[in-house]
Amino acid sequence: MSKIKVEACVSVASDTDIVNARRQGRALADHIGFSSSEATLIATAISELARNIVHYARDGEILVGMVNGDSCPGISITARDSGPGIPELKRVMLEGFSTSGGMGLGLPGVRRIMDEFNIESQVGKGTTVTAIKWKR
Amino acid sequence: MKTDSSKSNLPDKSHATIELLRELVAHLRQHRTELREEWARRITEAKLLTAMSKDEIFAEATSVYDNYVEALETGTFEALQAYARNLSERIIPRGVQTDEVVGIVLLLRDVLARSLFAKYQTDFNLLNRILDAYEPAANRIANTVAVGFVQERERIIRQQQEAIRELSTPVLPVRERLLILPIIGVIDPQRARQLTEQLLRGIRANRARVVVIDITGVAAIDSHVANHLVQTVEASRLLGATVIVTGLSPEIAQTLVNIGVDLGKMNTVGDLQGGIEEAERLLGYKVAPIQDSAHQVVVAS
Amino acid sequence: MAVPILKQSHYLIATIQAALTDADLVELRDALVARVGKFRSRGVIVDVTALDVLDSFASRTLRDIACMIRLRGAETVIVGIQPEVAFTMVQMGITLEDVPTVLDLEEGLAHLERKSRH
Ligand SMILES: Nc1ncnc2c1ncn2[C@@H]1O[C@H](COP(=O)(O)OP(=O)(O)OP(=O)(O)O)[C@@H](O)[C@H]1O
Ligand SMILES: [Mg+2]
Repeated sequence: MSKIKVEACVSVASDTDIVNARRQGRALADHIGFSSSEATLIATAISELARNIVHYARDGEILVGMVNGDSCPGISITARDSGPGIPELKRVMLEGFSTSGGMGLGLPGVRRIMDEFNIESQVGKGTTVTAIKWKR
Repeated sequence: MKTDSSKSNLPDKSHATIELLRELVAHLRQHRTELREEWARRITEAKLLTAMSKDEIFAEATSVYDNYVEALETGTFEALQAYARNLSERIIPRGVQTDEVVGIVLLLRDVLARSLFAKYQTDFNLLNRILDAYEPAANRIANTVAVGFVQERERIIRQQQEAIRELSTPVLPVRERLLILPIIGVIDPQRARQLTEQLLRGIRANRARVVVIDITGVAAIDSHVANHLVQTVEASRLLGATVIVTGLSPEIAQTLVNIGVDLGKMNTVGDLQGGIEEAERLLGYKVAPIQDSAHQVVVAS
Repeated sequence: MAVPILKQSHYLIATIQAALTDADLVELRDALVARVGKFRSRGVIVDVTALDVLDSFASRTLRDIACMIRLRGAETVIVGIQPEVAFTMVQMGITLEDVPTVLDLEEGLAHLERKSRH
């Protein structure tokens, strides 16, 4: 995959940080030239990932950046933490799976609204989710 | 944290290269008038930019020349890039082609290189070093201008395509609080997305409470588009509008069932006329006969 | 309180004015539930016009508000979801199925009027 140029890095440890992270994501999306409905998708994805960090890992960080695809630019979101990790990766990607009484929509939803999605998690070590939306 | 890896400076230049470029820039400044004229003459001679008059060519040549020298001097390309965009925006509607733009930039490179030859022909060694310093910068400049032009051109084409798409998918406010969206032709995912966005904005702008989506004119859809249709119905509801789908062909109905849609939950009516009647009923209009008249009128209840 | 709650005859109107944190949302939920009891309101309108994101947590909280208010014998209606936000929600898989949603405040009041007539 092409190189990511990180534009902002937000440390996430509280719910005000979630708001801040998605605001920064939207600003970058606007700057890259995404339409306002795409910018909304991007801000929502950031919101989900940032909240998962706060809920399940206590703290971590969100990086938003630009990527260059083969024919178009894109925005990339990386959410990483050194929390407990996810033991059942396959199951959490199924809609409706939640260990916290949530709707279990966050991760499957983000995968659906973004163009690329990757999750890596190691129990006891932490979780990193990377997602990209291309500007077509 | 901010990492900055794409600053558009030239790659690391040695001190000697900087000195050479400085000398080069001084030369280009000193001979600005004749070099510009020579360039404009060569452009006309090569039958480039034929859509423009001589004076126009000269005026643009002057701006490009000055931006070019500035880019050489500062090693930054933003101003040139901005100018290239702006130039492209002005000349693309006049039918100037990509090869013409690339052509004129290469001509300028050539004109400048020739003048360097003339100036340094006695000192072959210095000439070589000057050209070594000049070449990469000149190539990068040519590249910047050409890429700027191509991008601008693509942007304009995209814009035109969007305008055409907008035209081909009208959201019709047929009466207060009622919108009709007749969809005709092939729906690909991109068009489906656009239709939805238009419809949702239309609901807001018209304060619509009922929407009739008529797909009589759509032969078949794949599961992706079928999914999209369902999402459109749901999103409309979130805005407070009820959707009635009319003109569902058996094939499309089958596709919807295949992706797990409960057609019973979807508001479907056979044809557009029936859909509009159903919409009026939902809006609280009723079709009532009037005494002493054979006509039927629609009255608000 | 991040969200002002206005009492208008039998109804409560909560107008969200800026992006809310999760804590603000939970506070709004609790305040609405408490006040519906206190004022014996018949209906609640939550105006989300100013929200540019309605993610899974916010949606779940809105759904919880509607459920808890219903248990207290009143109706909830969400008004003002923006087109982009609605489109994002359905793509995320959030449908707010059992919560009434209408276009704006005016429609919200009309909706509650209709409901209380029945
Ligand atoms: N960063 C993380 N660290 C550890 N576990 C995580 C992390 N992110 C998600 N999980 C686990 O994955 C599950 C699914 O996450 P997802 O975001 O899809 O749903 P949810 O957070 O439970 O509910 P919702 O997002 O709908 O409110 C979570 O319940 C949690 O167990
Ligand atoms: Mg979650």
